[in-house]
Amino acid sequence: MRPVVFSWLAWRRRWLNYAATGLSLLAMAFGLFWLLWILWTTFSLGVSGLSLSLFTQMTPPPGVEGGLANAIVGSLLMVGLATLIGTPIGIFSGIYLAEFAQQGWLGELIRFMNDVLLSAPSIIIGLFIYAVYVAYRGHFSGWAGVLALALIVIPVVVRTTENMLRLVPTSLREAAFALGAPRWHMILHVTLRASLAGVITGILLAVARIAGETAPLLFTALSNQYWNTDLDKPMASLPVVIFKFAMSPFEDWSRLAWAGVFLIVIMVLALNIMARVLFRRKTI
Amino acid sequence: MQKQETALTAQICFRDFAFYYGGFHALKNIHLDIYQGVVTAFIGPSGCGKSTLLRTINRMYSLYPGQRAEGHLSIDGEDILGKDVDLNDLRKRVGMVFQKPTPFPMSIYDNIAYGVRLHEHLPRSEMEARVEWALRKAALWDEVKDKLKQDGTSLSGGQQQRLCIARGIAVRPRILLLDEPTSALDPISTLHIEELISELRGEFTIVIVTHNMQQAARVSDYTAYMYLGELVEYNKTDIIFFKPAKKETEDYITGRFG
Amino acid sequence: MSIASSSLLTRPRVRSAWGDMLFYRVTQGFALLTLLLLSGIIVSLLWGALPAIRHFGAPFLWHAEWNPPMERFGALIPIYGTLVTSAIALIIAIPVSFGIAFFLTELAPGWLKKPLGIAVELLAGIPSIVYGMWGLLVFVPIFSEYFQPMLTKTLGTLPVIGALFSGPPIGIGILSAGIVLAIMIIPFIASVMRDVFEITPAILKESSYALGSTRWEVVWNIVLPYTRVGVVGGIMLGLGRALGETMAVTFLIGNINSFQGFSLLLPGNSIASALANEFTEASSELYTSALIELGLILFLITFIVLSLSKLLLMQLAKSGGTRT
Repeated sequence: MRPVVFSWLAWRRRWLNYAATGLSLLAMAFGLFWLLWILWTTFSLGVSGLSLSLFTQMTPPPGVEGGLANAIVGSLLMVGLATLIGTPIGIFSGIYLAEFAQQGWLGELIRFMNDVLLSAPSIIIGLFIYAVYVAYRGHFSGWAGVLALALIVIPVVVRTTENMLRLVPTSLREAAFALGAPRWHMILHVTLRASLAGVITGILLAVARIAGETAPLLFTALSNQYWNTDLDKPMASLPVVIFKFAMSPFEDWSRLAWAGVFLIVIMVLALNIMARVLFRRKTI
Repeated sequence: MQKQETALTAQICFRDFAFYYGGFHALKNIHLDIYQGVVTAFIGPSGCGKSTLLRTINRMYSLYPGQRAEGHLSIDGEDILGKDVDLNDLRKRVGMVFQKPTPFPMSIYDNIAYGVRLHEHLPRSEMEARVEWALRKAALWDEVKDKLKQDGTSLSGGQQQRLCIARGIAVRPRILLLDEPTSALDPISTLHIEELISELRGEFTIVIVTHNMQQAARVSDYTAYMYLGELVEYNKTDIIFFKPAKKETEDYITGRFG
Repeated sequence: MSIASSSLLTRPRVRSAWGDMLFYRVTQGFALLTLLLLSGIIVSLLWGALPAIRHFGAPFLWHAEWNPPMERFGALIPIYGTLVTSAIALIIAIPVSFGIAFFLTELAPGWLKKPLGIAVELLAGIPSIVYGMWGLLVFVPIFSEYFQPMLTKTLGTLPVIGALFSGPPIGIGILSAGIVLAIMIIPFIASVMRDVFEITPAILKESSYALGSTRWEVVWNIVLPYTRVGVVGGIMLGLGRALGETMAVTFLIGNINSFQGFSLLLPGNSIASALANEFTEASSELYTSALIELGLILFLITFIVLSLSKLLLMQLAKSGGTRT
């Protein structure tokens, strides 16, 4: 047996490792602590605010019973239309980047700009739509909100579409070409279909992202106290109503705000989990 | 392969040794003595467990949950499978070189000094001497002495692998494990490494895993042939290659395997 | 199969070439539209900000007065608030995210790795308004009741730094906004760090373990240098988020446009929250224009930060490809 020699260096290294391990555990606990706290608050306060009237009554003035029906419908309308507008633009741009512009300066530039757009502050998007649409039309409207949200959908879909298309093996493309398929046919029927699950994942993530966006709606769709399905008029949305209600001192408004936050969190988590399950089933 | 008649001491001893990847029984009933100061080669078809066996000698498997060893394994008479074994200290005594060159993302000098700094606190001049010593041992000194500050990744593949050998030597281990050290290299670099292994014989106990039977014949004194997780035959290299005791060994050596 | 291939064979070549060209042009058109939108943002912001730029010139950037009735506007307070809240967020978020990434890649047992990783990613998807509302209604009361007095008593008594932690415990303010921002960007930075840590080849880490390194030494000396470019890229991504974050900050920063003092416990304003609060109420053209100029400044700052982060991450992808 070798004699056991006490070494300061070895001792120090061992303790440094213990300390780092401990701190890392602490960091994980710290991160999870806040996040669990936030979720717990949302769920406990949100569930107690849930009721049928939430879905049937309009947003009330302070001190009156009410619900979030107009805000829920407004959110659904604007998110749905924004997805319908943004998705095809995003998919076609993604096809261009993955299939036609893998190299070359134009592809690089578009890719770069798209990534910047992807993480640009969303309030700036609202400002942009205000400047080019709201100011021009002279009034806030649901359409302006739709455009702002669509602008957020596009870069998300572009990015995932391109990534997913690139995962399709070259051999599959070549096999289609070998049969004499024209390029557009090959892309639409072979590569796009092969990566469909990934592309849908991207769309779901984009919907999840805009479902909770508040800032771009503040000066586009504004809000509306009443029932409204006319997209040419100001339109209520869940996030904006939450913002207004949460900042107020009124008890019943803040209860409605928590219920709204609960709805949004549930929807966003569900979309994220759906996207994940869908993607995993396809890839593994 | 000249001085084998002198009495050899067994340095690494496997007794009733078994190894598991989760539920998979990867090594079965291994009895093996690896002698001090000679070169021992592990050969056998892919998946026979030769790399697995090598990686138990420095307990590399302990990094991965689910992998475990049973039985006895000792180095210099000291059991190394126990729970209270200081792995960092064990790995200081047992160096290792991998299939692919793995220069660290730092300068050539720091690549060598890195391991030394872990275990010893040396003044600058001694550290420089140690780095030079290791690089000379690895026959790399003349090629890199003017660019010690350059990134380790800037060297060619063969040079990188010799850098990794130098890095392993610099810690002054007693045992050096080589896991297919030339599998990613061209023939000339391979030759360099093989020459280097011959140079280092005697000073270090070297265990090498190789796919290449000619390489085993060229560099090793002892050879172990493994198949499906079992040690089939172990003897002096020339006996294994010219007068193997077992039919399976002969079939593998002469290429009639499979 | 035979039907499909024969129908392709009988299809005239010209038509498929024409179809290809059309398809190519359509996709290119949409891609260019994406490009156009971004340039459109810059142009429209510039256009909208033009009256303010003409009226105030460069001093807009360092004047601290924000006085709508008198139509005197300077961007210093919101710029200061934006930068300071983001700095606080990063100071907290970087070490915590590093710890989380270290835990997820090296320490967590196999069965925990995946669920925790997914949890971190899911939390990155929670809308910021949730953080803001939680911050205002749950965090701030507790913070002002317990932590602020503690901070004032301890750090507040130190020389120099003390000035940063003095003042009445009102809860909302720059520090609270920074802390909630940190909580919000931790999942972002942590998941990028985890992803880049995981591209470190196992064999490289094993080489370091083979020399007798501890886990900490492997991460600190090998993994971190190997992935430093990506780590910085991830931090920049988090910084981009923090700078442009609207809702989480608006709830908490206090929205006060005059300089209150250097203490972090005092309220202030950030560019994004100034926009969120004042834009729809801006009554004059110059007021609106000054706000748009604020937006332009925010966009330029985040554009630079995001470009840097993108360039760094691209560089990592390139070198990671050649190295292995």
